[in-house]
Amino acid sequence: MVDTFWYLLLGAVLFSLGTVGLLVRRNPLVMFMCVELMLNAVSVTFVALARRMGDFSGQISVLFVLVVAAAEAVVGLAIVVAVMRRRPAATADDVSLLRD
Amino acid sequence: MAVAVFAVCAAIILAGALGVIVFRNPVHAALSLVASLFGVAVLFLSMDAQFLGVVQVVVYAGAIVVLFLFVIMLLGVDRAESLRVEPIGGQRPLALGVGVGILVLILLFVVGIYDAPPAVQGELPALESCTGLPVSEPSSSVSSSAAECDGQEVASNISQIAEGVFGDYVWAFQLTGLLLTISVVGAVVLARRPRPLEEAVAEGVPEESGSVV
Repeated sequence: MVDTFWYLLLGAVLFSLGTVGLLVRRNPLVMFMCVELMLNAVSVTFVALARRMGDFSGQISVLFVLVVAAAEAVVGLAIVVAVMRRRPAATADDVSLLRD
Repeated sequence: MAVAVFAVCAAIILAGALGVIVFRNPVHAALSLVASLFGVAVLFLSMDAQFLGVVQVVVYAGAIVVLFLFVIMLLGVDRAESLRVEPIGGQRPLALGVGVGILVLILLFVVGIYDAPPAVQGELPALESCTGLPVSEPSSSVSSSAAECDGQEVASNISQIAEGVFGDYVWAFQLTGLLLTISVVGAVVLARRPRPLEEAVAEGVPEESGSVV
């Protein structure tokens, strides 16, 4: 049985990778993928600590995280579709055109 | 065995995450994300969270990533993004610095957790050996623990989660349904193709807020 520390370490590294990707990439689709990576890092941490504490609330929280991730992806991709339809080569800098 | 599973999964997860960052083609990034998510699903299984492992595959790989790929294909943006361009000077080193800083901060917290005494470590073996499908244990201890679990009423992983979701967390569950409904309506409003202006004027309908995009 692997110690919980290694799961937490994996979650930390995964979260940092997602952060770096979110800051570096300019394609909004890839930025959303990096947000999903960060959410997964949090899920791994939740489940690892739920196992350590012997408490199922952590797993239930992960269930809610999954639902929120799905809702976020749906709305985010709808915004991306709306922007890209106006300007096909849009990057994250062009989201400001939603204003006008 | 459990260590090997963890090592392989961690390698797949981190390689997939790196792939999401460095692949220039969004389709390749999405496929790399699938690899990473599958690794997380197997990790869930190895942590006796069978329900979450299956839901992870169904929701993420089956729905979210497919949605990503669908949008990529729909918009035809699957051309490579040039990673040479750096719109803000010094953005990459700064982003790397932020990433390393966040990693260090989280690790400080993790070490802090480990300095504290473990809370209820003693209760854990009973819970793990009775969850129905012990993944990471050798077969001899599986049979013995299954035998000692036979006498009492043992709740499986799914039924324990169900008791939580429909018991203590039932209001959060209801709000989740509301959130999903709102997001679906919002997505339809946002992604609707705006009607041409003259058509709207001919019908005497004032221009709607959804038509700005």
